[in-house]
Amino acid sequence: MSWRVWLPLFLFAGFLGLAAYQLTQPKDDFVESGMIGEALPYFDLPPATEGASGAATTDFKDGTPRLLNIWASWCLPCIAEAPQLERLKEAGVPIVGIAIRDRPEDVARFLAQHGNPYTRIARDDLSEVQLAIGSSGVPETFVIDGRGIIRYQHLGDIRERDVPTLLAELEKAR
Amino acid sequence: MIAELGHAALWLAAALAALQMAAGFLAVRAGEGSEIARLVRPSAVVQAALASIAFAMLLWLFAITDLSVKLVAANSHSLKPLVFKLSGAWGNHEGSMLLWVTVMSLSGGLIALAERRLPERTMQATLAAQGLVSLGFYAFLILSSNPFERLPVPAPEGLGLNPLLQDLGLAFHPPTLYMGYVGLSVAFSFAVGALLTRQVTPDFASAMRPWVLGAWVFLTLGIVAGSYWAYYELGWGGYWFWDPVENASLMPWLAATALLHSTSVLASRDALRVWTIMLGVVAFSMSMVGTFLVRSGILTSVHAFAVDPERGSFILVLLGLFIGGALLLFALRANTINEGQRFTATSREGALVFNNVMLSAILAIVLLGTLYPLLTEAFDMRVSVGPPYFNPVSAIFVVPMLLVMAVGPLLRWRQDRLERIRPELALFAALVLVSLIFFGFVTGVAILPLLGLALGIGLGVASFLPLRGRNLKRVPLATWGMIVAHFGIAVALIGMASESAFSKERLAAVEAGQSTQVGPWTVTLSEVMPVAGPNWTAIEGRLTASYDGAEPVMLNPQARRFWAPPQETTESALSTRWNGQLYAVIGDRTLDGRWQLRLWWKPLVTLIWYGGLLVALGGALALVGRVIADIRRRRIARRIVERRAEMEAMA
Repeated sequence: MSWRVWLPLFLFAGFLGLAAYQLTQPKDDFVESGMIGEALPYFDLPPATEGASGAATTDFKDGTPRLLNIWASWCLPCIAEAPQLERLKEAGVPIVGIAIRDRPEDVARFLAQHGNPYTRIARDDLSEVQLAIGSSGVPETFVIDGRGIIRYQHLGDIRERDVPTLLAELEKAR
Repeated sequence: MIAELGHAALWLAAALAALQMAAGFLAVRAGEGSEIARLVRPSAVVQAALASIAFAMLLWLFAITDLSVKLVAANSHSLKPLVFKLSGAWGNHEGSMLLWVTVMSLSGGLIALAERRLPERTMQATLAAQGLVSLGFYAFLILSSNPFERLPVPAPEGLGLNPLLQDLGLAFHPPTLYMGYVGLSVAFSFAVGALLTRQVTPDFASAMRPWVLGAWVFLTLGIVAGSYWAYYELGWGGYWFWDPVENASLMPWLAATALLHSTSVLASRDALRVWTIMLGVVAFSMSMVGTFLVRSGILTSVHAFAVDPERGSFILVLLGLFIGGALLLFALRANTINEGQRFTATSREGALVFNNVMLSAILAIVLLGTLYPLLTEAFDMRVSVGPPYFNPVSAIFVVPMLLVMAVGPLLRWRQDRLERIRPELALFAALVLVSLIFFGFVTGVAILPLLGLALGIGLGVASFLPLRGRNLKRVPLATWGMIVAHFGIAVALIGMASESAFSKERLAAVEAGQSTQVGPWTVTLSEVMPVAGPNWTAIEGRLTASYDGAEPVMLNPQARRFWAPPQETTESALSTRWNGQLYAVIGDRTLDGRWQLRLWWKPLVTLIWYGGLLVALGGALALVGRVIADIRRRRIARRIVERRAEMEAMA
């Protein structure tokens, strides 16, 4: 009896130690795509708003690396990343946008307010392409090389400090 | 002003909890008849009043949508229906913690007012322990999750409530679980109080029992409601996913079930003293561990709570303080407490002890499965533990437990012979064997559902056998409670086994006008229409479903889109018959313009929740029976005292 009454306390101490250790560990909240290094899945999407051009897998196979930006007009962080996308566009990067579950008039309003950095903007009404390339939310940005292979994934809005990283990744994909 | 009143009431309540704790511990040290002991009960009562005021103020702020308060702005919206504005008050971390301490202080106040069975010193110790637990939660609220915090600038509009949570069932699911957790905290305080004064007596068990029973009823209801909500709202067609958050509610329930039964043994037979104390500590620690796992976000779950490592650390410190302290006290004191009365293996106590061990084993299995990912993650390995582990491993212990559960209530206390109950045993064995043969060979069911069906049928009948040869009018309410609860377990078991053995699933892409088959049902998609609600739009499928060619019923499953915050949910549509449910979900449109339909025919699935409700009803009957018996006993005791006084006066 004597030693057994201490057992619950020791087990509990073990749990406390484990839990405390786990609490101090940095938590990785991002869901990384399993598609990095793979070819873009096949898609052919219509334009998201009047006057834009849609996007298809074939557009990515002309030898030029591109950014594929998953966004939506209803997403607040997408407004925050608009200036950075504009800077990337000025640096000569072609950016293809895919608007997730959006309406043409909302897309047009968003572009009028926050600028249009896109060479093509396609609509993905059912999140099919988004899920197929392993994106779990908006905004996310992928680096696609000139052969249509997914090279790099950026989760969340693009901040100023992320711009050099993306430019470097684009250079590597060349 | 309202927010400041609430905040002030919260601080005062915390101060009174400190007073209750300090006065209680000092009184225990000073021994009988100390002056300071008189402070303890009143401070518990006033603390309850102050906490209630704080909670009322929070409800008021939500009712008038005061957007200068951070919590209201973050969780409410001026356009929401009033009932969801109010439920929004506890549908978030801060508000739910305030609800928790309010219910906890109300229970403390109730014990302080009404509980007179125990020696006064044990009561002081119990209330002191309760004060300590409350104080910890007050500190948590005030220091790291103040619900009354103001915004520097009032928000123009609220951010809304999670649309998934705008559901009546869910508005009352968390408070129900909290009542259960709080009940267990009271049991914990009783256990600590009894340990401090070494008075682990049948009276202690009788005083603790209503709280354990109440907690158990609320936990049962909470689990049943949560399971049904997940079933129809998530649109996955399942009722239990072994998700960490679900396990967090199951573990306290398992511990409370064991505690409930060992309390009964202690109350009526003065046995299992140390074991009951241990379970009292374990049951509350399970509810705290559950809260910690859910709120700290160290485990990934489908349930998104406001996850915050700082709050996680706070709960962990409280957990270490309360449970570590109690276990230390237990280790120091357990050897000085007598085990109590002895009994043989074939007796009511023997059966209860066996099932107590089985319940504890299941609890250990669930706890291990829930914590295992945490353990492997420390070694950089990500694993996910699911039904392939939980179902068969827990079945190893559930099956013998069900067997003993059918037989145990038939046995006498202390000592009995199995020959005495041979007819009942034979009936139970025959039922189980016949069901095993029928379902095993005739319909060909997999092993776990087969055992579930056979034991469910056997137990369903066996749970009424304790009534044999008794005058039904004179059976105590508490015994009826046991019978109803055991029968409820059998009913739920049959529902689970049938769902797993006989469900039919169909995933079809159909155009408007086309039909598809699932089990005995023919389902036709008439049309798909856009519909709009107060804060959502949806596409709605109009289905007609006909059971075996009978008169068709209409089903309207929806895929909803909310806009504040933007989120999508599926609203499943159900058609319930006496023998099962048809479950329909509408999915996305395929590229060629057809609609995805997901259909399930689930025979007898509703028995799962009806069984759960019966279990809760059984607990409630037992609780009412015990409380009435206690009131009656007090009245008789008072009358004896009066009579004696009269006699003395006459003399």
